[in-house]
Amino acid sequence: MLQFIVKRILHSIPLIIGVSLIGFGLMHLAPGGPLAVYTLNPTITAQDIERIKIVFGLDQPVHVQYFKWAKGMFTGSWGYTFFGGRPVLNVILERVPATLLLMGSALSIAIVVGMFVGILGAVRRYSLFDYLATTGAIFALSFPTFWFGLMAIYVFALNLRWLPSGGMYELGAEGDILDLLRHLILPTMVLALVIVATWSRYARSSFLEVIHQDYIRTARAKGLRGPAILFRHAFPNAAKPLIALLGVQLPFLFSGALVAETIFGWPGMGRLFVDALTMKENPVLMGMMMFTAFFVIVSNLLADIGVALIDPRVRLT
Amino acid sequence: MHSAAPDIDPRLAEEPAQALPQSQWRIVLRRFLRHRLAVAGAVVVVLLCASALFADVLAPHDPTLLETKRRFLGPLENMAFLLGTDELGRDTLSRLLYGGRVSLAVGLVAMLTTVGTGLVIGLVAGYYGRWIDDLLMRFVDTMLCFPQVFLLLVVAAFVPPTLLSISLVIGLTSWMEVARIVRAEILHLKEQDFVQAARALGAGGARIMFKELLPNAIAPVLVAATLRVATAVLMESYISFLGYGIQPPLASWGNMLTNAQGYFDTVPFLAILPGAMITLTVMSFNFLGDGLRDALDPRLKMD
Repeated sequence: MLQFIVKRILHSIPLIIGVSLIGFGLMHLAPGGPLAVYTLNPTITAQDIERIKIVFGLDQPVHVQYFKWAKGMFTGSWGYTFFGGRPVLNVILERVPATLLLMGSALSIAIVVGMFVGILGAVRRYSLFDYLATTGAIFALSFPTFWFGLMAIYVFALNLRWLPSGGMYELGAEGDILDLLRHLILPTMVLALVIVATWSRYARSSFLEVIHQDYIRTARAKGLRGPAILFRHAFPNAAKPLIALLGVQLPFLFSGALVAETIFGWPGMGRLFVDALTMKENPVLMGMMMFTAFFVIVSNLLADIGVALIDPRVRLT
Repeated sequence: MHSAAPDIDPRLAEEPAQALPQSQWRIVLRRFLRHRLAVAGAVVVVLLCASALFADVLAPHDPTLLETKRRFLGPLENMAFLLGTDELGRDTLSRLLYGGRVSLAVGLVAMLTTVGTGLVIGLVAGYYGRWIDDLLMRFVDTMLCFPQVFLLLVVAAFVPPTLLSISLVIGLTSWMEVARIVRAEILHLKEQDFVQAARALGAGGARIMFKELLPNAIAPVLVAATLRVATAVLMESYISFLGYGIQPPLASWGNMLTNAQGYFDTVPFLAILPGAMITLTVMSFNFLGDGLRDALDPRLKMD
């Protein structure tokens, strides 16, 4: 097992290098380069730009700049924001809890509902329920999430006045858990919709694959009851692709959170990203790209280790 | 997201014995026609394409014509403006038609970029194998580490937004899945006898890849391509909604939603209509792709 984990960690090193190369490349391909805000500012002269270049070390060869930048990434000095001059890492980190709360609640609801729908669909294949669930999943995957969010605001916030239309707390109610929950419902619903659809599809197909295998027939032949077979015998094998899905789905989750956060004004990383985009805050943008990519690599690693824990065969490959 | 394994409908397995041998495409077509939602999807796709193609004939008004005297007409309020007018008095129906042209064009060009890039990378990685395969697949893995919307928005904010640049950006940030599908298919195909035969006849790498391997790997690519149009339309509407995609006055369903958001509580239909069109389009392509997958699945082959 230890050998597997070490091998798997070594396997992510080229990914981290690749991600950093793409991040660095993007920053330099941007119009105006890393100094976009300065070059586009008419009050700053060409001499000023030259001086800023030297201060930032941009007059050095590209590979030197890359290593300096990569070293900064690893040691936590991610540069400073153009406006306000705050450390980029802090700016990003203070947005993480809000996003994790939103993604966590959406993901847990989606997994419970999606698994239930998927397993029931697999057990009662070609029933009316299965038909409605599979059709409904394609339907849900086709919704533009941001439009679904707008419609949810229109119905539940503007017309019925049941829920707030955006933000995290009412003014003056900061820290109030009930108020937070009320604000959490709509963005969670919007984010969960797509994930439920994906999870139910994956759960259905992975259970279908498992429940027609010989060892399940054996279990049935020796007289075990349906639920016992399903949860004791089928579940561990069917869960493997789903654990892997958890790791793979993370980038989609970030994308979805960005959509939900912009619609509902949720003060998380997605919102920060869109704001940084309008302000041309390249250090923040690049920091966020690297942060999410690193997060994705780590969670894929954890998902793979999780699969290996369940299935000893994986460890040997 | 659309790679859940298809399963076999038992009704399909009981094919009546055919007297005449049928071509493979005949069989595929017959199987496809049985999938009612897919057929409905195909019909809607054809209608949408036709309405986009003939938008200038079908549209009752110029989509950019401003007329402040008739702002915010409701649907069916004035028969000359069937679906009403927006905040600048522009005809909503005409804007929807022209917006559809933009959305479908972006969807199509982005899909071609995605499939083109994915095909070449998948073919080369699968055919040459070894370090080339390793290198290209690590590149695919790396690209997949970034949330697509992040990557898309960053690049879209850097390039001047035109119809072509947006399509290319969408295409170039979403080819990874196609590359993986093609590679898997090629790895399986290249061990087969007909490829060995072609090699024995002295065919070169490019010839084997494009003349021998590609035609045999076309089925899953076709499915992925259809589903990719759906995602591309969705992505375009989203970045246009945020203001980094198609720029006004050119109408796209996404930027129509941006404007409508401001008048949301008073004239909701301005937001409902473009959103409904996006949903309809994306859904039709999704159902079409799903039906194609079921129809083309080699596991269902009857002979």
